[in-house]
This record gives sequence, structure tokens and C-alpha cells, in this order.
Amino acid sequence: MSILLNEDFTFIVQGITGREAVNLTRECLDFGSSIVGGVTPGRKGREVHGVPVFDTVEQAVEHHGKPIDGAVATVPPAFTKDAVFEAIENGIKLIVVVTERIPRRDVAEMVELADERGARIIGPNCLGLIAPGVAKMGGIGGPAKDAAKAYVAGSVGVMSRSGGMTTEISSTLTAAGLGVSTAVSIGGDAIIGSTYADLMPLFEEDPQTEAIVIYTEPGGRMEAELVEWREEAGSTMPIVAFMAGRFMDDEEMQGMSFGHAGTIVEGKEDSATEKIARLEAAGIPVVERIDHIPDRVKEALGK
Amino acid sequence: MRFYEYESRRLVERAGIPVTQYGFCKSADEAREAAERIGGPVVVKSQVLVGGRMKAGGVKFADTPAEAAAHALEILELEISNHMPVGVLVDPKAEVEHEYYAAVLWDGRARRPMMLFSDMGGIDIEQVAEEHPEHVGRGHLSNLHPIADFQAKETVARCGMTGSDLGKASRVLAALARLQRDYDMTLAEINPLAKLSDGSFVALDAHMEMEDEAVGRHKKVLTELGVDLSEPREMYEPSDFERNVKAIDAADHRGVIQGKDHGFTGNIGLVIGAGGGSLTLTDAVRNQGGKPANYAEIGGNPSVSKSCGLAKEILQKDGVEKIAVMMSIVSNTRVDIVARGVIKACLELGKDPGETIAIFRIPGAWEDEGYKILDKYGVEYADRSVSMWDAAGTAVAKIQGGGA
Repeated sequence: MSILLNEDFTFIVQGITGREAVNLTRECLDFGSSIVGGVTPGRKGREVHGVPVFDTVEQAVEHHGKPIDGAVATVPPAFTKDAVFEAIENGIKLIVVVTERIPRRDVAEMVELADERGARIIGPNCLGLIAPGVAKMGGIGGPAKDAAKAYVAGSVGVMSRSGGMTTEISSTLTAAGLGVSTAVSIGGDAIIGSTYADLMPLFEEDPQTEAIVIYTEPGGRMEAELVEWREEAGSTMPIVAFMAGRFMDDEEMQGMSFGHAGTIVEGKEDSATEKIARLEAAGIPVVERIDHIPDRVKEALGK
Repeated sequence: MRFYEYESRRLVERAGIPVTQYGFCKSADEAREAAERIGGPVVVKSQVLVGGRMKAGGVKFADTPAEAAAHALEILELEISNHMPVGVLVDPKAEVEHEYYAAVLWDGRARRPMMLFSDMGGIDIEQVAEEHPEHVGRGHLSNLHPIADFQAKETVARCGMTGSDLGKASRVLAALARLQRDYDMTLAEINPLAKLSDGSFVALDAHMEMEDEAVGRHKKVLTELGVDLSEPREMYEPSDFERNVKAIDAADHRGVIQGKDHGFTGNIGLVIGAGGGSLTLTDAVRNQGGKPANYAEIGGNPSVSKSCGLAKEILQKDGVEKIAVMMSIVSNTRVDIVARGVIKACLELGKDPGETIAIFRIPGAWEDEGYKILDKYGVEYADRSVSMWDAAGTAVAKIQGGGA
């Protein structure tokens, strides 16, 4: 099993005729995903790698004849909110928002509407998610043959604020024989649809997942939220964390931002040092090297 | 994007929040005129984007217009944390009865804007929140529903306010909340919000920051405020290196490159990517005793000339003899294109790529093609079986250990 995706999972690609979206569609189809339509206003009647293109999500749902499970939104920042609203209001329950540089208010509006309608957003500014051997939704892992190289089905769930590092970490887990149950690129912005704590209950329920690896960065309060969730839920699933951007704690780096939009440190609780202390205190080891992750996971699992 | 105090005041004023009869002045003469117009004692405040004005001598009191002019002359020449002021603000010295704090900012965890109000204004709000939590009222706002006045009232009442002050303060907070939403502010703060001796409430200082991603949709108001969008509002002056990399990036739409060297003084040139990979690699270099000369990010699928441009800029930095070209596993960026770009950079500078590139560690898309090219030029490379940490270690050993 995996979280969020399964063999029957269907999705559409919003903005499917864009250059990146065409590639993404090819990659996902090759990996075995079921893309049942694409939406680009004004392009109804075309096809992208055999996937029919529609003007509206409503038309895509009508054509499919039953509810569609997911949508990947790859439209320009100014139009993303509307596209996500459209997906939500047409009954889609899982929306991966790939687009970057979306103003926070727009993201917050999307997330609030999703909450009201019982839908879930992954991202924005993310590469999507992948369940090895099942499906992938988004550009994560790249072309199917590359994705298959880095992602082999296994026992570890991965959540990462960096899309590229999702693959680097998964590749390390795969090489160590642990493999990946589901890997989610959760996005690097200050406000995202699904945080570590939001996704943890799904991993907990997944019989395939035995441990979790998170990749994190300075900025935001997501680690504190994860620690609180773990305590409240009484969860004992092992988690190993990797923290990048420790150098940003240096005096001469104060007030600067590196990497993702969300790495802006807005309070002292957001710094790498604070976060490492918080995670370690909650029994979540924070490793200094990516290549040390598999051993820490094995240790936690008693393997 | 940060606003100067005088711009923040104009924004606050537009939102219907009372302010004092301040004047924004660019010369001593203008400051004198503003002080004459105000009549009575004034405060002359430096207009810089950084904090700590008071301590640096950027805020001075004057009893007469002549004194205000003299202070303005001095303050206009005063550099504060490497920033020259763009002018001074001349403000009447208000008869303050009490100082409050009002702000609206994002609560990332709740994914909603949060209103903050305190009856202990004028000082650091984080300190108040820590030492006197009962004096800080908080209230979250919906992103989808209209902002209701009662929500501001509740927030103000939570810090214990009542009487006619409650209504006056609530009106200010509600207006500030609408301003935060309408203009995509990441921070909209009035500190202090003052109650004057006549019982009225005015914003004595305001601090506004607009989200960079949203600047494009507020061009109209920014133009009205006189904001020059081409002028960088960084907290520090960009270096030549930073400016040059930015120009190379802007010249070609394919892929993204970024370079920073503020705070970096070492000799290890880093041609690295992507967002998370760059953070990880910079740590890996530093934690193994390496001193990076810069920070960089390669993202998307940049052209040969873009990768070449970034590598050249780094190689031309003082003290940089060699570069390390490293990324986490790529799926969009093409290994062969980056390889071509960095080799081209070496050749164009008359350097031997095999000597100059200490290590090339980019696994992923088109790696076989990339490794073929690197082989041809005798560049040491590593695939995914070599960890990011070990690749960074090789770079440190070859560049610093070798006495480059």
C-alpha cells in the first residue's frame, strides 16, 4: 500500500498544454499513472500524449463519467488560485500545486476552501508525490526510468520541503535496501497545504510504512507542529530528520534568505539550531549527513 | 518588500487610520519648512530600511525649526548599518497619554492572518508576549470571509481594554487587518499606536512589508506612493557578483541561476543547486572545514551559456582558483548541459577544466552524456553512489588541503 495514491487513482493535469506540463504528463503516464484528462481553457479537443484536453474541469469530469480523484495544477501564479478553486468545486479531493511564487494569501485561500470541502492540497512549489510501483503525481523523480532508479517500493515514508532532496533521500534509502512506501514533496513555501503533521496520520495507517524520513530547512513552525502531533497522538513510528541550511544561523547571514521562499526566518524559533533542539528533545534524531539516514532508520527499526 | 516609515504612514493613512501631520523631507530646508508648518517641538527621524535608528543617532528632537533643520542636515548624512537614509520624517512631538501595539501578520501554522493587539506598546512585542502574555490579544482571520469589525473588537478586548478606548482601538485594528489583506502584507504593524492627551488615537510609527510575490498586482498603489520598483530593497547592498549573476539569469528565460556572496569570504567556488541541494551542500562544505566563496542555486534547466556564466562569475571572484560543481540528483536539470557550461567557463578563462573543477557531482537526467564530456576533459566526477557529503569533502580537500 501507499498513502494518497493507489492503482485506481485517476487525475487530471491543469495547464496540460504548457511545456513543463507536457513533460510531466509523459513521465506520469510512463510510470503507470492514470491521467484521465487535461484542462487548458480554449484548447478543448486537443490531445497531449493521448490525454484529451478540455476547457473546464467540469467537462473533464463529465467525459470521465465519474468523480476524478486528483489534479496537478501547473498554471502560472496569477491563475493558480482559480484553477485550484475550480478543481475543488468539481469534487476533486487531492490537488498537487506545482506552481511557485504564488502569493501567500492565494495559497491560504485555496487551503481554507479545501478544508471546507474536505479536499487536500499538496504544495505549492512542490514536485508532487510518488508511490513506487504504483503511480506518481507530478514531476517528482523525473522521467519514469529515472524515477524507477531512485524509487523502489519499501518501508520508509519520505516528506520533504525540497523536491530535489526528496529524490536524493529516496535514492539513498533505495540503495540501502530499505526502499520507499510513498514520498511526498510537500513544498518549500511559507504556507503549504499539507505539513508533516497533516500527513503523519496517513503514514500511521499505512501498513507498508514502518518509518519516516523528513527533510527540513530553517523557517516556519512545521517541526514544532510535528512534535506536538506526535505527543498528542502518542505516535511511536520512528522518524529520522535531516536539517539543511544550518549555515543560515551565522551572524553574518541574518536577515538573508536562501533556497525556498519559506526559509525566511521570522522568529528565533525558526532557526536551524532551535529546530534541531526541538526535534532531538522529542526523540527524533537529526542527522548531519544524508548518507547517514539509512543506518539511523535501520537502528530505529531494530534491523 | 519593505517600506520606509514615511511610505508605511501613507499606507496607514489611506486605510483610514489617523496619523500625525508629518512631513517627509529630503533636505534641511524642507525639514525647516515642515517644522514651521507643524509649529512647536518636533522629532526628526532618519528614513532607512534597517532598525536601530534611535541607538545610531538617527532620531532627534528639536524645539525650533532651525534646530530641526540642523538635525536633518546631520541625519541625512548619517549612515546606519551601511544604509544611507532616503530622507527624514519630521513629526510633531505628540502629547502621548498611552502607547499601544497593533499588528496583523501571517500565522503560518494556522494558515491565516493573525491580529495582535497589546496595551503595552512602544516596546518589543516578543518581550511583552513572553513576560506579560495577558497583555497581548490575538485573533485569527478567515481568508475567504469578509473581515468583521467584531473580530478586531474581540482581539482588543482580550488584552483587557474597555470603555471608549475599546471602540477607537478596534477601528484602527480592523482597518489594519483590511490593509494587510488588500495589499498582501506579510507584516502590517503600528507601534506605537498612541492615545493622545485629547483622547484620540494616532499611528506614531508604522512598519509594512509586502510579499515579494504579490508586488506585481499592486503596481498602481506602489506608483502612487512613488516607489521605484527597479530600486533594490535588500537589507544590504548587492555585490558586483550578485548583480552580475542576476543579469545573466535575466538575459535568458531557460532555467534559473542565483548567486550570493554576502557573508562568504572563503576560496571554494560553489556551482551548486537546487534549493534544498544548495543548502545541504553549503553545510556539507562548511562542516568539513571548508570556506565557501559564495552560495549559488541552479534550478530548472538552464542553458549552457547560463551555467557557463555562473561558473565564470564564481571563478573570477577574488581568491577563487577552483570550483566544485555539485547538485542533488536532478530530474529536470540536464547533467550534460551543466557539464558543458562549466567546462566552457574554464576554457574561456584560459583554465584547464581538469585542474579547475575540483569535483563534479551531479547525478540524474542525461548523466551518461555528461560523464562522457567530463571524461574527455579529465574532470573528476561522481555519480549518486558518492554522497553529497563525500563530494563536498573531496572539494574541501582538493581546494583547501591542496593549498590552492
